[in-house]
Amino acid sequence: MAVASREIRDGDLVFVGMRLPILAYAVARNSHAPTARGLFEVGLMRDQPAAGFLGTMGDPPNVAGALWATRMSNVMALMAQGRVDLGFIGGAEVDRFGNLNTSYVGDPNKPAVKLPGSGGGADIAILSRRWVTLMTHEQRRLVERVSFITSPGHGDGSPGWREQNGLLGGGPLAIITTLGVLRFPEGGGEAYLASFHPGHTVDEVRRETGWELQVADAVRETPVPTEAELAAIRRFDPEGFWTT
Amino acid sequence: MAEAIERFVPDGASVAMGVGLEAVIPFAAGHEIIRQGRRDLELIGPISDALFDQLIGAGCVRRVTAAWVGNVSEGLGHCYRRACEQDVPRSLEVHDHSNFSISLALWAAAWNVPSLPTRTLLGSDILRTNPNLSTSDRMVQVQAVRPDVAIVHVQRADELGRAHAWGPLGITEEAGLAAERVIVTCEELVDPEVTLSDPNRILFPETKVAAVVHEPGGAHPSPVQGHFRRDHAFYRDYAAQSRSAEGFEAWLRKWVLDVPGRSAYLELIDLDRIRIKQHRLSAPADFGVE
Repeated sequence: MAVASREIRDGDLVFVGMRLPILAYAVARNSHAPTARGLFEVGLMRDQPAAGFLGTMGDPPNVAGALWATRMSNVMALMAQGRVDLGFIGGAEVDRFGNLNTSYVGDPNKPAVKLPGSGGGADIAILSRRWVTLMTHEQRRLVERVSFITSPGHGDGSPGWREQNGLLGGGPLAIITTLGVLRFPEGGGEAYLASFHPGHTVDEVRRETGWELQVADAVRETPVPTEAELAAIRRFDPEGFWTT
Repeated sequence: MAEAIERFVPDGASVAMGVGLEAVIPFAAGHEIIRQGRRDLELIGPISDALFDQLIGAGCVRRVTAAWVGNVSEGLGHCYRRACEQDVPRSLEVHDHSNFSISLALWAAAWNVPSLPTRTLLGSDILRTNPNLSTSDRMVQVQAVRPDVAIVHVQRADELGRAHAWGPLGITEEAGLAAERVIVTCEELVDPEVTLSDPNRILFPETKVAAVVHEPGGAHPSPVQGHFRRDHAFYRDYAAQSRSAEGFEAWLRKWVLDVPGRSAYLELIDLDRIRIKQHRLSAPADFGVE
């Protein structure tokens, strides 16, 4: 969670979305990014994180004190104009090129698993300037190729794939998992291991990844959460609803 | 409520619901649809926090046209999974969208054009599975989606159909404009002088609104700004019980089939636990003329 919050830069307009990213935004805003603003597809813009616990972005504490309460299409307008600096997307499956599947495992006509769908995920993946995904690190989730691309990352991994296909934003920056942080080279392509979390190893991360994972020469241990980050997590998720 | 559903939601209807996303979901109306045994519905919405899952599990639905169907704080929609994976209780046709594209599909219908262009969904396999999306010249054309009826829950309305809502609106306005007609359910039924004192806050033209139902607590377990917080525990229990088809049927009996209507349902809930008690009024707007 602390690692995800570090992707937010001060001053960013962040498309927050649902679930864990709500907490990542709150942590960033209360540590290193005090002037970031958050957008929520339900139709909200905020600066201060909500004062109360949020199970969803539509909960009343997220509306009280908002900078803007509006319709979804107005929020999407900002993203379609390229004004959203960073988005967060959750996923069930991600592949080596950062494509996300939240729709179907197996044949869409007769799926082995029907997942809930895009929500705003595909919109964020295509239109925000850059984005990050958060995922439990398991072989069945980090796969060679996803069976269905709900939210496109770097497509087939070829240089300039997004631009050639008319996708507006720059695509995924990082896959943040429970074991480490995978990043993408400038301009797209294949994910590589940039850091592993304390208590884990490069070998373990590679073993739990469903493809032959590239490892950065400068791979290192992920810095542990700071006191400010931990304090913010405890403040915004006091009962550990999202973090246990 | 029973009369509004009976008259305006026939078998085979296309119905937009949950257009405020996680808040103000018209659960009471959805449960009445289930009690009346409606069949072959098309459900239209952005995300659906458990209500679509319940209607699917109850066998009311032929097609879902939506961006996301599940349980927002808990994850997967188990009835949705059973329908798509095992045809239980029946097979289900899915027209996948993103949140942006379902909004555009409704705006297209609202403006009476066949489709609207957008860059969203470029590169997504959703283009392969939804026949109402096509691409040309690196643009996606989103075909209009025209619901027979949109059902919305609001904080207050008058009996002539002027609905006041506040908080984020999601895709409420385009759903109401696109639909042939609108059913409004409300926490408070107020005099026209209240709604007309602030015409900016009126959601739809009154000519679209076919029925107004005074149904306090009609959005539980979803939140209503100024009235109720979200009942997270209720969603958690639903997720646990709906994991099996038998569990879902027991849940449905207790909360839908064995209660005659919303007031009986609310007697089963400790509403005080989620009632909002500290009010936070906005400053009034001055509509003075002379």
